[in-house]
Amino acid sequence: MKKYKWGIALFSAAFILSACATGEEAADTGFGEASAGEDEQSESAEDNEEVVVDEDSIPVGLLHSLSGTMAISETSVRDAVMLAIDEINEDGGVLGKEIVPIVEDGASDEPVFSERASKLLQQDDVAAIFGTWTSASRQAVLPVVEEHNGLLFYPVQYEGMESSPNIFYNGAAPNQQIVPAVEWLFDNVGDSFFLLGSDYVFPRTANQIIQAQLDDLGGEVVREEYTPMGHTDYNTIISHIRDTDPDVIFNTLNGDSNVAFFNQLADAGITSDDVTVLSVSVAEEEIRGIGAEVLEGHLASWNYYQTTDTPENETFVSNFKEAYGEDRVTGDPIEAAYFMVYLWAQAVEEAGSTETDAVREAAAGITFDAPNGPVEIDGDNQHVYKTVRIGEVQSDGQFEEVWNSGEPVKPDPFLENYDWAEAIQ
Amino acid sequence: MSYLYSKKTLVILGFVILLVMPFVLAPFNLNLLGRFLAYAILALGIGVLWGYAGILSLGHGIFFGFGAYAMAMYLTLQSGGIPDFMGWNGITELPWFWAIFSNPIVAIVLAIAVPMLFAGILGYFTFRNRITGVYFTILTQALVIVVTTLIISQQQYTGGTNGITGFDTIFGYSLNSVTTQQMIYWTTVIFLGLVFLICYKLVNSRFGKVLIAIRDGENRTRFLGYNTSVYQVIVYSFSAGVAGLAGMLFVLQVGIITPSMMGIVPSIEMVLWVAIGGRGTLIGPVIGALITNGASTWFSQTYPDAWLFFIGLVFVLVVVFMPKGIMGIIATIQARRRAKKYGKDRKEETKLYNSSSI
Repeated sequence: MKKYKWGIALFSAAFILSACATGEEAADTGFGEASAGEDEQSESAEDNEEVVVDEDSIPVGLLHSLSGTMAISETSVRDAVMLAIDEINEDGGVLGKEIVPIVEDGASDEPVFSERASKLLQQDDVAAIFGTWTSASRQAVLPVVEEHNGLLFYPVQYEGMESSPNIFYNGAAPNQQIVPAVEWLFDNVGDSFFLLGSDYVFPRTANQIIQAQLDDLGGEVVREEYTPMGHTDYNTIISHIRDTDPDVIFNTLNGDSNVAFFNQLADAGITSDDVTVLSVSVAEEEIRGIGAEVLEGHLASWNYYQTTDTPENETFVSNFKEAYGEDRVTGDPIEAAYFMVYLWAQAVEEAGSTETDAVREAAAGITFDAPNGPVEIDGDNQHVYKTVRIGEVQSDGQFEEVWNSGEPVKPDPFLENYDWAEAIQ
Repeated sequence: MSYLYSKKTLVILGFVILLVMPFVLAPFNLNLLGRFLAYAILALGIGVLWGYAGILSLGHGIFFGFGAYAMAMYLTLQSGGIPDFMGWNGITELPWFWAIFSNPIVAIVLAIAVPMLFAGILGYFTFRNRITGVYFTILTQALVIVVTTLIISQQQYTGGTNGITGFDTIFGYSLNSVTTQQMIYWTTVIFLGLVFLICYKLVNSRFGKVLIAIRDGENRTRFLGYNTSVYQVIVYSFSAGVAGLAGMLFVLQVGIITPSMMGIVPSIEMVLWVAIGGRGTLIGPVIGALITNGASTWFSQTYPDAWLFFIGLVFVLVVVFMPKGIMGIIATIQARRRAKKYGKDRKEETKLYNSSSI
């Protein structure tokens, strides 16, 4: 009887230990050596690429939510990073070495993001991490990459007000998406704005910026509304829209809420002729979910559309479809995820090493002909110069560009060059 | 008697194993184990509340979250000045309810006292009005929604969905250094031991017997002359305080707290650990928290694309084949062996409850 109890205890102890100690050997063997832990892992992980790290390869981490609410968006971004890695490897890799992706699931959960980032940096000793989507998950990873002096490449537009020396921000800063959109709407559509957003940091900060900017321009915010993430009943909001009769609805809703909002707006008989909705979180992927017929005529502000007319984009779109299926679409975060791998690879080539400080130093001023046009890393804040584009949704679910900034806009995450933004800084 | 004795030895042995872990595990894995142990403390609190008093709270995330936020606020303030999210939300002066957290002793006391007080008041009004069972559970769920929505909407004071992060020192030591993390780990193990001891004393006292009596027949207990609501308020408040303590220890090892870590889903997960480990025991919640979190981590690292299916499968198997959790299985097997040995026909039911002292 006693013996049996000990057996159970030992078994559970062993189980917990093995859970904690996966790939422990990898941590012990140190830099660049073949690691037993990872080999074991790759043997059992069938749907993973074979993870074998030796002197001829450079491990990089892919840290996205493959499960949970963010999986639908982040899986496509992961695919784009994989595509870029495959292309670079086919061309001979970086520094003559093969890039080996190590995929981790952030599970739409911030502690998991920070935990997996530590794992990638401490155990797998990755040269860079490509990943995260939400600001919360980026901020969960931030202290980890700073502590271990790692590198994070972040692919999504965000609210700004941040500049970590260990993060490269490849999405738009507010002055590369929100500010020009407000200015364009004010000049071309009207001066009364209805602000509608999901209740989290990006919409709230974006709306503060819009409010300050409209005060300066002489426009008016008729109402500001937030709904919880995943909210699906917009009838009250729509009656507010009727009452206030704005020229523009500036939409910072995220995810599923967009499907409900646009469908209910269409059901209420409000079309793009009555009021223009400009969205900053609706890309090609989301249009597929919402339905092009209800979105037709509404606007979005991004740096890239699948229809963006550059030779690089033609190749990118056809490669993406070839790799993942004809029915797949590209979009702004997907494109950013793609070119950021190239920016990293070029910085590594320039530095002649994957060492963080050397790569950071070499990265300043690196340029690349991305599908959205030329991009350049700004050495001051590690954001990227990008062209701003406003697009109108067409019946086929693609965008037609109605305006662009003509040249890449210098990123200004803290809005330092705008006098009206003083209170926000 | 020899049975109890060996179970005690086992607990002490497990405790000793946990204490020597820093010499065995790599820093990353130690940190992971430390987090799970913080969860285990939380699970103990829920275990006493649910397993012994029969009160199912699906709202312990907020108590855990309060402890975590209190510690995070202290750490932010002593890492330097006014938090940056306040700056870009237009707040230039530290509000009073932040300022009080700049004292570590106040922060630590409040992290435990506020959840206890809050739960005490809430419990007083619900249990006194005999709101128990599923109604109480629904109430706790609603509470979670209210609190998380409040935190998200008060972005200028709470950091909104991004939560609080970016602190790197504690008492002047770097929070991320290996030595500090080892100290925090040992602190966590010691608190786990303390909480376990307190729970053990509690459930084996007269008070604990009354709790079990309330669980098994509230009206009967009331007719026997016990004021059941007092017992329920006290155990609910105790369990909330334990959750606050766990939250503090958790944030020290994770370095971030956001509203999504205290929302509905995490609150339900906390109860799941207890269910998987085995309710009505004290070892069960600890083992449940360690095994569930350990398994999630291991599966998701090994199979990043398919791990949820495995975890789902494990949950289904547990519910179908081990309704009393891991400890239930052990008790069943023991009962069978004992029956074989002594030829007595003991039923699993009595065995489980008789052995529920630990």
